[in-house]
Amino acid sequence: MNIAVLSGKGGTGKTFISVNLSEVAGNSTYIDCDVEEPNGHLFFKPTNITRNSIYVNIPEVDNNICTGCKKCVGFCKFNALAYTNKVLVFEDVCHSCGGCSIICPANAITEKKKEIGIVEKGISNNVSVISGIMNIGEVSGVPIIKESLKYIDNNNYNIIDCPPGSSCIVMDSIKDADYCILVAEPTIFGSHNLNMVYDLVKLFNKPHGVVLNKYTDKNNPIEEFCNEKNINILEKIYFDKSIGNLNSNGEIVSRVNDKYKELFSSLLEKVTKEVWHAEITNP
Amino acid sequence: MKIAMPVSEKSIDSYINNTFGRANYFLIYDTESESSVFIDNTAAASQGGAGISAAQILVDQNIDSLITPRCGKNSAEVFENSNIKLYRSIAGAIKENIELLKEGKLNELTEIHAGFHGVGRNNNRGRGRR
Ligand code: SF4
Ligand code: SF4
Repeated sequence: MNIAVLSGKGGTGKTFISVNLSEVAGNSTYIDCDVEEPNGHLFFKPTNITRNSIYVNIPEVDNNICTGCKKCVGFCKFNALAYTNKVLVFEDVCHSCGGCSIICPANAITEKKKEIGIVEKGISNNVSVISGIMNIGEVSGVPIIKESLKYIDNNNYNIIDCPPGSSCIVMDSIKDADYCILVAEPTIFGSHNLNMVYDLVKLFNKPHGVVLNKYTDKNNPIEEFCNEKNINILEKIYFDKSIGNLNSNGEIVSRVNDKYKELFSSLLEKVTKEVWHAEITNP
Repeated sequence: MKIAMPVSEKSIDSYINNTFGRANYFLIYDTESESSVFIDNTAAASQGGAGISAAQILVDQNIDSLITPRCGKNSAEVFENSNIKLYRSIAGAIKENIELLKEGKLNELTEIHAGFHGVGRNNNRGRGRR
């Protein structure tokens, strides 16, 4: 079963929830798709690490063959090419669509490989920890996410820690998800951010529910928002200083605290039941 | 000598635009004929690489110099490869900047900005590692 964890912005506790769900799931795979800033490994501290480089193709122009027709420059919708007295390739803007090498009438463009990041695999207790890590300055983490999702193990729980926001890279991360957990903080900004990811999971028709993190009993715009839109609130995790401390020490809360072990086990159980239910009603 | 400037209005009496790649128009001023032509910056609407595409438009106009308040790293590379000189504008009217350039009173633009790619997260958030 694949559970994706999303939030409208960073810092809501998305990684905290993902890591703890993987922990209580026992034999599970934690996949960190937040490739610009993968933090899950800081908690799991995995061992037996193996690394895989991820490459994309970048055009290379043979200026001896190039006739200067500029067709490639006009073709590239990402504006990654310019022509002065030769073709300039801006690798940091190129999206590796491969189009320019096909349309060049002189066949002056070939492709070369460029490393854009790595996928790291390790193990922490019974959890397989997969981290996609994108090199600084790259435009798209999609190839890294695709590679990371190949580690999905269909016999066990897979927890997918998605990038924040609702861009196309998030869509790639939730494609295989059976369920989406939306993490939000109980503020007015939280509702705005939640609304963006809520629209996304609805668009993809994914079963979903919300976890309210850093919850307090004070007035709660986000709870009202969920009630208004009829969004299922799966869990309220009360604001708790001791979590913050454990978290900043890189500890997995449900490994060291029975109360949270129970809370996350019950969250996992709720989600599992929801998925079964969805499978029965929508086979 | 042909001088280009990013502008937001098609008028020689208006002001230099405060960005380069996303300006509405470019003014091309020819110092010999003292003529001015305004061209559309079709790159302004691009999602990414606007600076590169805008630079290409100006290279294709065979300009010699660009007066601009700022310039991104990629556009600067296009200009450098075309031997186009970059000058830093002085806040204010187009005419004033042209006069100052003619008198050799504008400084070359040396401070080049790194690209943004509309991503932003790399710029304002720390990374988990590396
Ligand atoms: S399309 Fe090919 S021949 Fe034409 S400018 Fe580009 S590389 Fe050169
Ligand atoms: S591969 Fe695609 S994105 Fe990259 S330079 Fe060529 S046309 Fe542009």
